Amino acid sequence: MTMTFQDSQNAFAAALLHPDLPLPHGITTARGTADPLRFAVYRNNVHFSLTTALAQRFPVTQRLVGPDFFTGMARAYAADHKPASPLIMHYGDDFPAFIAAFPPAASVAYLADVARIEVAWSQAYHAADGPPLEVAQLAAIAPERIADLAVTPHPSTRLVRSDFPAGSIWSVHQGETVVPVGEWRAEAVLIVRPQMQVEIRILPEGDAEFLACLLRGAALGEAAEAAFAVAADFDFGSALIGLTTLGAFSAFEPLEGEVS
Amino acid sequence: MSMSKDRTAALPQRAGLGLKPEHYATILADRPDVGFFEVHAENYMGAGGPPHRYLEAVADLYPLSLHGVGLSIGAARPLDREHLKRLRMLVDRYRPQSFSEHLAWSTHDSGFLNDLLPLPYTAETLARVIDHVDETQQWLGRRMLLENPSTYLLFSESTIDEIDFLAAVASRTGCGLLLDVNNVMVSAVNHRLDPVAYIDRFPIERVGEIHLAGYDETFDGAGDRLLIDAHGSAVRPDVVELFRHTLSLSGPLPTLIEWDNDVPDFATLHAEAVRADAMLSAAAPRRSVTRAA
Repeated sequence: MTMTFQDSQNAFAAALLHPDLPLPHGITTARGTADPLRFAVYRNNVHFSLTTALAQRFPVTQRLVGPDFFTGMARAYAADHKPASPLIMHYGDDFPAFIAAFPPAASVAYLADVARIEVAWSQAYHAADGPPLEVAQLAAIAPERIADLAVTPHPSTRLVRSDFPAGSIWSVHQGETVVPVGEWRAEAVLIVRPQMQVEIRILPEGDAEFLACLLRGAALGEAAEAAFAVAADFDFGSALIGLTTLGAFSAFEPLEGEVS
Repeated sequence: MSMSKDRTAALPQRAGLGLKPEHYATILADRPDVGFFEVHAENYMGAGGPPHRYLEAVADLYPLSLHGVGLSIGAARPLDREHLKRLRMLVDRYRPQSFSEHLAWSTHDSGFLNDLLPLPYTAETLARVIDHVDETQQWLGRRMLLENPSTYLLFSESTIDEIDFLAAVASRTGCGLLLDVNNVMVSAVNHRLDPVAYIDRFPIERVGEIHLAGYDETFDGAGDRLLIDAHGSAVRPDVVELFRHTLSLSGPLPTLIEWDNDVPDFATLHAEAVRADAMLSAAAPRRSVTRAA
């Protein structure tokens, strides 16, 4: 009985991914016998290429735990998570969720949130280009209409909210010298690339709630009310102008269903 | 196959380099004398951002080769239509002078395996690869080049010699071949073949591009020399000599220096291209007569 091409490729892939399985049937060498070390070259290539891709996408996460711990964590992830497509730039979108549930990393409670910032950073880097909404366009809107408008986020806009100072931790680990994080508190981080440079900003609590509501599709007025509820010092005008200046939006639009 | 009228016919018969993000700024500021640049197609399949901005700028200045590493032409399963669409978008946008892919597979039910895996050479696999190359050329509306692999093991079920396999794909589909001279050295040493004899038998008139790279060296389970296609160093001296022999048969051809891991500074990389360019200049023009059998 001979295996079909698909059968033999399935067997090859299974042996590649599960080192406990025997070598696939039918592989050989010029000597006429199969060689586990030669098959291991392919196993190593797969693991090395995937862990390297994660190390390149999560440089701060790696710095926080060191290369040895990171490689172990990346290998554990890669064992059960293969890239969904040949677009390796997207590989690891769910690595932060894996980190959050990875018991050996539990003592570094903020690690998963720093990794979420790194996912958002590379998503912003590769996001579609488009002109951000400008403040001048804001000024053209009649004041009585503004509360009922919703925003179209810029394709690169991401918001990461953390119970830890994840934005400050990310920031101080950019250079060789790491200075201690000033104040240990929750942070919300805006990641956006209005032009060619990815920008990262730690937002005040009210602005973060405001933006989170807008990203869910709420109207500006409704989002402002939610922001006031969490931060009494929330300033609607400066938050809207500030986020617009940072490039977080592409357009304003009437709420769905509303006749303009 | 008809070519789009605004597409330049071919890459120049010169040395080219892989385009690396760490070199974008240097290349655009200094505009070094390089025959062409080559990119891995999958690195430019994001929606937007700096990679596209830089590639547009570089493609305005230099001929471009688009080299796929994820189409999985050697897979038993059908080609991924979504990936073919992405490739077509890139080809339409950048109008590269060349598109090439590998005689290998990388996609499986469990996902993309991110390596170039080997396949047995049989009548069944040949038919599948021919279908996949035909389909790719139809989707892209152009001729492609198929690259010879580097391999670390053999399949006992193989009934067709690798060169015969590649030649059959080329003659049945009209595709060209990409001759990776480093891969020839790696596979020849790993499978106890004569690399010069491999080059001598290769259908050289089908070759549209040459690749050169550095290999690593280790030993297999029986203590035999095992070469690894590592792309992390300068081209090794024996591969340089095999390249010289190749040029004596082929005449000058577009020749890429591949250095993808531990990427050096641009000056070091460029020195490799200058060396290859000198050898290309010294090579006699390709003979127009058909090679003797």
